[in-house]
Amino acid sequence: MKVTSFHFMPYRDLPDDFPKGLDSAWVDAPWWEYGDANKVSDFYNWSIDELMLAARLGFDGIGTNEHHQNPYGFMCNPNLFGAILAKMTRDQGLDDVALVQLGATLAATSPPIRIAEEYAVLDCISGGRLVAGVPLGLGCDANISYGVTPMDQRERWREAIDLMLKAWTAKEFFAWNGKYYQLPKVNLWPRPVQDPHPPLLVPGAASSSTWDYCHDRNLPYAYLSYFGGKSAYNVMDRFWERAAAKGKDANPYRASFLQLVGVAETDRKAEEEYAKHVEYFYHKLLHQPTYQIAPPGYSDYKSLLNVLKGGKNFLQFADLSIELKPLKAKDMIANEFVVIGSPATVRDKLEAMARRLNVGHLMVVMQFGSMPHHVACKNIELFGREVLPHLQKIWEDKAFENAWWPKKLRNRAVKKREMATA
Amino acid sequence: MAAPVTKTFPIKHCNFEAKVKTAGNGPPLVYLHPAGGPLWDDFVEGLTERYTVYAPHHPGTGETVRESIYSVESLWDLVLVYDEIFDALNLQSVPVVGTSFGGMMACELAAHRPERISKMVLLDPIGLWRDDAPVAPYMVMSPGKLVATLYKDLSSEPVKKVLQMPEDPDAAATLIADLVWALGATGKFVWPIPDKGLKKRMHRIKAKALIVWGEDDALVSPIYANEFAQRIANSQVEIIKDCGHVPQVERLEILKPLVANFLAA
Repeated sequence: MKVTSFHFMPYRDLPDDFPKGLDSAWVDAPWWEYGDANKVSDFYNWSIDELMLAARLGFDGIGTNEHHQNPYGFMCNPNLFGAILAKMTRDQGLDDVALVQLGATLAATSPPIRIAEEYAVLDCISGGRLVAGVPLGLGCDANISYGVTPMDQRERWREAIDLMLKAWTAKEFFAWNGKYYQLPKVNLWPRPVQDPHPPLLVPGAASSSTWDYCHDRNLPYAYLSYFGGKSAYNVMDRFWERAAAKGKDANPYRASFLQLVGVAETDRKAEEEYAKHVEYFYHKLLHQPTYQIAPPGYSDYKSLLNVLKGGKNFLQFADLSIELKPLKAKDMIANEFVVIGSPATVRDKLEAMARRLNVGHLMVVMQFGSMPHHVACKNIELFGREVLPHLQKIWEDKAFENAWWPKKLRNRAVKKREMATA
Repeated sequence: MAAPVTKTFPIKHCNFEAKVKTAGNGPPLVYLHPAGGPLWDDFVEGLTERYTVYAPHHPGTGETVRESIYSVESLWDLVLVYDEIFDALNLQSVPVVGTSFGGMMACELAAHRPERISKMVLLDPIGLWRDDAPVAPYMVMSPGKLVATLYKDLSSEPVKKVLQMPEDPDAAATLIADLVWALGATGKFVWPIPDKGLKKRMHRIKAKALIVWGEDDALVSPIYANEFAQRIANSQVEIIKDCGHVPQVERLEILKPLVANFLAA
């Protein structure tokens, strides 16, 4: 299994009474009341340091993403951070770690070849280590913060991906006369190092249309949920059913799953250490109504019916229809929203989850909520030393090819262990 | 009164298969529905007493194919789709009643083909913008806040009747999906701010207009009544007391004679 250390870059120091009176922590939380640029200076630098620590500890990938106008995470352009990480990992001899950009929002960037260029820059600086995430973008980001019409977003996104792929690979000038984008002469400089182009990764939030898109194009899917493996059974089962229906094999590398993780010496110590950061994340940063995530028109009609007719249990917590505020950290640990515990507990839970969901890529979030830098570093170190090597062996017994990872890094985990035992 | 029937018209522009609900006797009248989708309520039913009412369904809503909205790419496309629906119905000079989003569309049609719209009734229309009185962001609200923004008194009988959900969960799910989709399909032409140049076009309108506003409209402030009136040469404003954004539900007893008298004059 490929394990990526993923970072949201949250605002770590919101007041205790946040989000009093706010409809949402997204879009609606005033910077002038809650934001402090001097604190943010530390938050950005710490976040980069935390990702670099993960790279040194042997994680397969380090990941960043894009969000806007909120304290949950505000790497407004993940490629700013990807560029720093590409250069630093290369200079420090860590050029076996993938840069998982999960990613820049094509449909909210105009023209989207700007992202094609930036991704190519990252692939060049890193020497072919880019995983090119192509998120649709949340409604609060793309529609509300950036003004994209919800009804257009999915079509824009599809067109933008097609344009990016052609811009990366065409060996002739071309004019793009699309529905949403018109460019008279495309001749992208630079192009990616990876041939024909970096692997794409499609993140999603349980839309059936996105699954079909992935299977039709043989692309991998990353289910980004904050509600743990158990609540993902329904979603990933449907994803694999759709794969089978479309003649795709059950290769686990087709799928990624995201998980918040906290490791300490014992289960009890872990719970004590991480409880308040878990509650900060779920109570403050995830204070967000569904109408902001998917404004009308954002989900296509088929997906909308699919979710509405699925009944209460289909997405369980993932549709945010359940009030999170009454849940304490111990409830969230018991429900496995978060995997918190000793290295042995975390190993077992994550392995069981990966096998049940049949996922070959795991994105772990090791700094979440208000977690201070030193605690995050301890978490990453413990995980890196005690959990990571175990997880990286999962699926090695099966002869699945991981066609969705940078070519030069595909056999890396095996090599590392050989070196360790030599 | 005969039950309304839905007629189908293949429209060349955008290859749209139009659905027009119709009933009534007398001269033609067009009713344009609000952002939440087609409705055939007591107000529309009342219009059929004296008119043959044609109520086109906005692309993607009502009985139209849901995905048909994707091929209507711009407001310009949408205006031409309506223009061709009017062609199909052989309407040369016709009164139009429009509610909220439908009111905006009535103005767009009257600005595009001034001779084609004889009279307009605009019920709390959207389509203009003032920074000091922003139109409420009705597409990004909780259901509870949305209904509280739409209606003045949620406990009144007509409002309770409108808000009633079917008991069958599948029917309720479909109803919600249709409502959300209708907001998206109409919202396509007004997102993120419902100010798409109508103010520049309104000087072209020749139709005589009755502009009706609920005094307590929390979605579009009644100060917009004058914004519309100033831009339509031949217009009059009626403000209805104790009424929110939807006079046709909240104050039908007052609205009905107002509209009837205006149309008959």
